[in-house]
Amino acid sequence: MKKKKKTNDGTSVNSWLVRRPIQRWFPLFILPTFICFMIGFVWPFIQGIYLSFCNFNIPKDAKWVGLSNYAKAFSDSGFGHAFWNTAAFAVVSIVLINVIAFFIAYLLTQKILGANLFRTVFFMPNLIGGVVLGYIWSMIFDAILKNYNTYLTSNATYGFWGLVILVAWQQIGYMMIIYIAGLQAVPGDMLEAAKIDGATNAQTLFRVIIPNVMSSITICTFLTLTNSFKLFDQNLALTGGAPSVMLNGGKVNMTELLALNIYSTYNINRNYHGVAQAKAVVFFLLVAVLAIAQLTATRSKEVQQ
Amino acid sequence: MKNRETKKLVALALSAVLALGMLAGCGGTTATETTPAETSAETVAPAETDAEAEAPAATGGSVYYLNFKPEADQAWQDLAATYTEQTGVEVKVVTAASGTYSDTLTAEMGKPEAPTLYNIGNASGLKDWNDYALDLSGTPIYDERVNDDYVLFDENGAPKALGYCYESFGIIVNTALLDTAGYTLDDIKDFDSLKKVADDIHARAEELGFDAFSAPGLDGSSSWRYSGHLANVPLFYEFRDDGVTEQPATITGAYLDNFRKIWDLYITDTSANPTSLASSTGDESEAEFGNGKAVFYQNGDWEFANLTNPDTFAMNPDDLAMIPIYCGVEGEEKAGLNSGTENCWAVNSQASEEDIQATLDFMYWVVTSPEGTAMLAEQFSGIPFKHAAASNNVFGADASEYAANGNYTLSWAFNYTPNVDSWRATVVTALTDYSADPSDDNWQAVVDAFVGGWEYEYNVVNG
Repeated sequence: MKKKKKTNDGTSVNSWLVRRPIQRWFPLFILPTFICFMIGFVWPFIQGIYLSFCNFNIPKDAKWVGLSNYAKAFSDSGFGHAFWNTAAFAVVSIVLINVIAFFIAYLLTQKILGANLFRTVFFMPNLIGGVVLGYIWSMIFDAILKNYNTYLTSNATYGFWGLVILVAWQQIGYMMIIYIAGLQAVPGDMLEAAKIDGATNAQTLFRVIIPNVMSSITICTFLTLTNSFKLFDQNLALTGGAPSVMLNGGKVNMTELLALNIYSTYNINRNYHGVAQAKAVVFFLLVAVLAIAQLTATRSKEVQQ
Repeated sequence: MKNRETKKLVALALSAVLALGMLAGCGGTTATETTPAETSAETVAPAETDAEAEAPAATGGSVYYLNFKPEADQAWQDLAATYTEQTGVEVKVVTAASGTYSDTLTAEMGKPEAPTLYNIGNASGLKDWNDYALDLSGTPIYDERVNDDYVLFDENGAPKALGYCYESFGIIVNTALLDTAGYTLDDIKDFDSLKKVADDIHARAEELGFDAFSAPGLDGSSSWRYSGHLANVPLFYEFRDDGVTEQPATITGAYLDNFRKIWDLYITDTSANPTSLASSTGDESEAEFGNGKAVFYQNGDWEFANLTNPDTFAMNPDDLAMIPIYCGVEGEEKAGLNSGTENCWAVNSQASEEDIQATLDFMYWVVTSPEGTAMLAEQFSGIPFKHAAASNNVFGADASEYAANGNYTLSWAFNYTPNVDSWRATVVTALTDYSADPSDDNWQAVVDAFVGGWEYEYNVVNG
């Protein structure tokens, strides 16, 4: 329940005396960051949208071509395939990462010996760069698959699950930290009350703990969703999209996700720079819509303490 | 009231920032005119140096070379410093990280101080950069070329890019091991004799302590040797038969049976396990050959430095030779090595006149001066210029010898490959499947990737 708004007594930060100069002068303090934001984000973003309607080699040579880039993007079977790959990957990894991360966090907030050590160890994969991880895991997978006379890029299934394992291994530690913070913030008196009322462990978990960590769940699902959609380096380093095959008269890189597809489109030749840009705009819209929808959905379930 | 004031202030600040951002965005263009003048070395000592007197150096421009070959970066930096010392003309050399040249070039060309000298790899690269490539005809550097083999012409026949080195690839042979096995290079004249020797060595591998071919790895670090270089052989013969002189929309794959023959040999007469080629790297294959565990190693003359370097494999140059890739094509006894280039200089036609002149002077100096020719000979094996210095690269010497003996050179037909990386990826996938299970069905998939993939990629690129 939200507490009643504090009244101004002249001493708090909300005081009129403190607030007024801040209100008056905050634009000045925001200015440096705002300039960086404009130059580093807003301007390139607008230019990016403009370029998606152009044929260009270097941005300054851009020639307006209307919607033809978008037409090309949507007629590319590889793009559609990459979209479904990404969607499947996102679903699997969101579920897997969050369930496992929550479970580990739950275990590590119990009183077990060496909990801090475990937390550190589980978090560590997150400190390694995606490209390095990709190469390391491709070696691991190939070393294992060698025993069965096969290899990672022999079919799309291995590549897909390989990527799921890699990303889960990398991100579980990070999500775990967020869940641990959430779990530690569950009020002790509530747990105690549940115990006194005779709630079972499962009931406590689903009726008390999970509603209380809903804000952590929101953050984690949001992060895993956007991370899965934007996944690039791990994809590039693990399989690079291989195997690539001719399929129904089109060509498909079986394990390519959207970001990698955009990247390889750009590199076809100068006529495809704009197409890649168009794909990137579509990609942005997709991620934005999904993220907003997901945020609204989970936010509504959050409880205020 | 107060609130409205604040809002006004914020709006003002925001629009000011927006305007600032816009200005910053456009600022780049206004800078163009001023920068070359600033950098132009007024303190230049004009062409008073002796040997270079014919090159009209130092007209006030400067050179910005975007180098393509990371391994030659230091050599270019040193050479540029020497040139600046002698003529006073500023030469800036920047090298793009391996595999990122086109990205770097795109980014740099968009800047006010764009490269004046850069690399174009092949005909399709020239299509991308034609607007930025100077017509080189009539320039002194162009007249220094030996022949037209390494020149890229645009659609109107204007020479736009000039190869400054060429490379050769084939099958590198460890002649000492070949000798141990009881053979000499004279025993290998065509595919059948190569197969006979290789099969025999492979059969006796345990007793000899080495195998015939080093691992034909299909990992990304190695697969280009096959999807690119080995594929050049069937492509070359097909294009020669059909008189192809520009990128064809479709290919027939007429020589793919020959491709299969040589590939079967590679994956049979080797110690590598054909089912694990997908993860077998180029370094492994190189080490296998470098450490005397294999007699044959398909690669190019750029390997010479590494194989003979005392710190790496320390092989004796006298034990090394390069032979053509034989695959059972009629008349292949007269084959030479696969020679070509993807190192072609192009001059930025949109640079200022002074910079263009300075760049042309620098290029001319590189291919004519003692310092420049020495550096080229040391770094690259074949130099297609009249004043080239002799190279100690035995593979390069082999290439010249084959040519001198009247053998035909297999030119780099793969330079016509449309959407090359994508095409190769499909071929590698099919080739990997085939190696794990060499059935006719799987070979058909290779043919589809080769022939069908070509047509598909051609339409992608030109569609």
